[in-house]
Amino acid sequence: MTRHLPLILLALAGAGCLGVVASVRGEPVNALWVIAAALCVYLVAYRYYARYIARVVVAIDPARATPAVRRADGLDYVATDRRVLFGHHFAAIAGAGPLVGPVLAAQMGYLPGTLWILAGVVLAGAVQDFMVLFISMRRDGRSLGELIRMEMGAVPGTIALVGAFMIMVIILAVLALIVVRALAESPWGLFTVVATVPLAMVMGGYTRWLRPGAIGEVSVIGVVGLVAAILLGQSVAASASVAPWFTLTPVALCVGLIGYGAVASLLPVWLLLAPRDYLSTFLKIGAIAALAIGIVLLAPPLRMPALTDFAATGRGPVWAGPLFPFLFITIACGAVSGFHALIASGTTPKLIASEGDAAFIGYGAMLMESAVAIMALVAACILDPGIYFAMNAPAAITAGDPATAAAAVTAMGFPIAPETLTDTARQVGETTIISRAGGAPTLAVAMAEIFSHAIGGPAMKAFWYHFAILFEALFILTAVDAGTRAGRFMLQDLLALAVPRFKDTRGFVPGLVATLLCVGAWGFFLYQGVTDPLGGVNTLWPLFGISNQMLAAVALLLATVVLFRMKRARYAAVTVLPATWLVLCTGTAGVMKLAHPDPAIGFLAHARRFAEAAARGEVLKPAKTLAEMHRIVLNDRIDAALCALFLAVVAAILVYAVRTCLAARRLDRPSVSEISPVGATA
Amino acid sequence: MSGLWRRLAQTARLMVGQPDYDAYRRHLAAHHPEREAMSRVEFFREREAARYRGGSGRCC
Repeated sequence: MTRHLPLILLALAGAGCLGVVASVRGEPVNALWVIAAALCVYLVAYRYYARYIARVVVAIDPARATPAVRRADGLDYVATDRRVLFGHHFAAIAGAGPLVGPVLAAQMGYLPGTLWILAGVVLAGAVQDFMVLFISMRRDGRSLGELIRMEMGAVPGTIALVGAFMIMVIILAVLALIVVRALAESPWGLFTVVATVPLAMVMGGYTRWLRPGAIGEVSVIGVVGLVAAILLGQSVAASASVAPWFTLTPVALCVGLIGYGAVASLLPVWLLLAPRDYLSTFLKIGAIAALAIGIVLLAPPLRMPALTDFAATGRGPVWAGPLFPFLFITIACGAVSGFHALIASGTTPKLIASEGDAAFIGYGAMLMESAVAIMALVAACILDPGIYFAMNAPAAITAGDPATAAAAVTAMGFPIAPETLTDTARQVGETTIISRAGGAPTLAVAMAEIFSHAIGGPAMKAFWYHFAILFEALFILTAVDAGTRAGRFMLQDLLALAVPRFKDTRGFVPGLVATLLCVGAWGFFLYQGVTDPLGGVNTLWPLFGISNQMLAAVALLLATVVLFRMKRARYAAVTVLPATWLVLCTGTAGVMKLAHPDPAIGFLAHARRFAEAAARGEVLKPAKTLAEMHRIVLNDRIDAALCALFLAVVAAILVYAVRTCLAARRLDRPSVSEISPVGATA
Repeated sequence: MSGLWRRLAQTARLMVGQPDYDAYRRHLAAHHPEREAMSRVEFFREREAARYRGGSGRCC
């Protein structure tokens, strides 16, 4: 009893904090209540639930040799200190997702988002990461596709691979869209991001010829260069002659980014990708730590209401659709992220020193990612809601002008003066903050608010804003670059099933073709998002959320199959419950995006509306010509087809999973295909 | 204190895909004394290339 006492106290404290968050009405709640509640929930969940899964559900065996021990080679398989590995794994799973999703989710108020991030991570997200890590660790650290093939068969394995490739395409498109939204018409922001390319090349040359392997040194040089670029960016933006070069329309920026993506992913990795990866990784970790410290120091009140009207009506300006299922689809990464299944079956399982570390790394790192999501949500909610909605409502609503934007947002019930919008823009060194959708600019304004409070005061706000934009753009570009390369290999694997020539991953022509196909695929969705009058985030983010949650459902179904085949089906509720929830959630969201009669939600309804108008020779806003009308119809149909594909993938995997579970039940012994710790040294 | 610093440096290097070189040397010396070990620079380049070869890329 006494050893449970501290945790019982923590649980009571957490419940108390949540009680405050949930019950205070009419006066602002301090953000620290949310943070404290989250930390208590994480600690209690880690101490009891993660341990329960490790000891009882999967029966972790610390004496069993891990792949890192059995196949040790000093390169891919290295038994690594658990704290070092935790950092590695966290850096690999944390990206833009947990920062952006919660910011978008804030349109329904802080309460629904907070509750789902906490419940989702404990019962679904961290369970998924841990289970996949466990499964891969027992199978030589193989990848998700191979694991599905081993446990469920070749067909579901290939289906999952196709799904994973499409998810990659959508992720790259949506990440690139966030960059476009943040950098369009912003000479300061664009200059600093463009400056990172030569900067990274200088760093690349330094590690190639001058001091190979001196990562610390070269990173310090890089950070100094970044700060110089931000400072220089201010003069660039102020200069009448240079600023126009860096003031690009969204479409021009989109074309530039697609070209960049193609070239960057064909360059040698040491020249651009690797050095920028250092900067983006260390900056990401540093900025997350600084955000945590900043929030604690500032202890800001939440100005967003706990629940906005949009939670009930489902007609919010940032994204359309009712709370169920779209809140869960929107938050995605901070609560449960299917993409982690690819990471947890990547390098991490090959580095685990002991099975006993798996819960700390798999479950623990995901709790940490969830904490990042909570901080992003808090950051969005400490802003004046008027600013939040003016920034995130599409141009179709705000009309892009301070007066019209203020009027539109005030009409939503969040009174704001046009001067507040222009003042905020001026303080952060931008010409406008209106309709800068995508989450990143909103988060940057909030981070500027928090950081300038700690260092530099209001005079430093513009610097911090551009620092935050740079930090997000930098790791998004690194993800686009690395993702295009990974997508290329995935595509080559798939194409090789039909055309064996593509198997040659070193050949120039197959590589070039696969790279261009990959860039073309995400470029198509990016262009469509950039030219979308509703801001694109409205279309692409739900598609991204659906695909991501779908992959999580696939991973949890795999975990369920493994539990059945281990003859531990009596504990399968641990994975069956979150898998069921995710299948319901993605299924409902997918069907709604496909077939909802409201054109704001359903792709086909939207296509129908435009097709019928075009047939009458009528041009609907925002299209200006009949040709544009036809393009909108085509885009809608492609989005609908993609949605249908995602639904089909999840349905197929579900059928295979159920079949495999039933077959495993009929056997009287375990049928799981673990790679045994002795004798498997190939 | 120096142990903590070492671990932090190791963590930072592993975050960008560079495992510990000394551990690699120790492994080779213990298990494959007949093989010639890569130099520190070769090791760095080999791991750099390996990090972006296929794999699952980065997270969203």
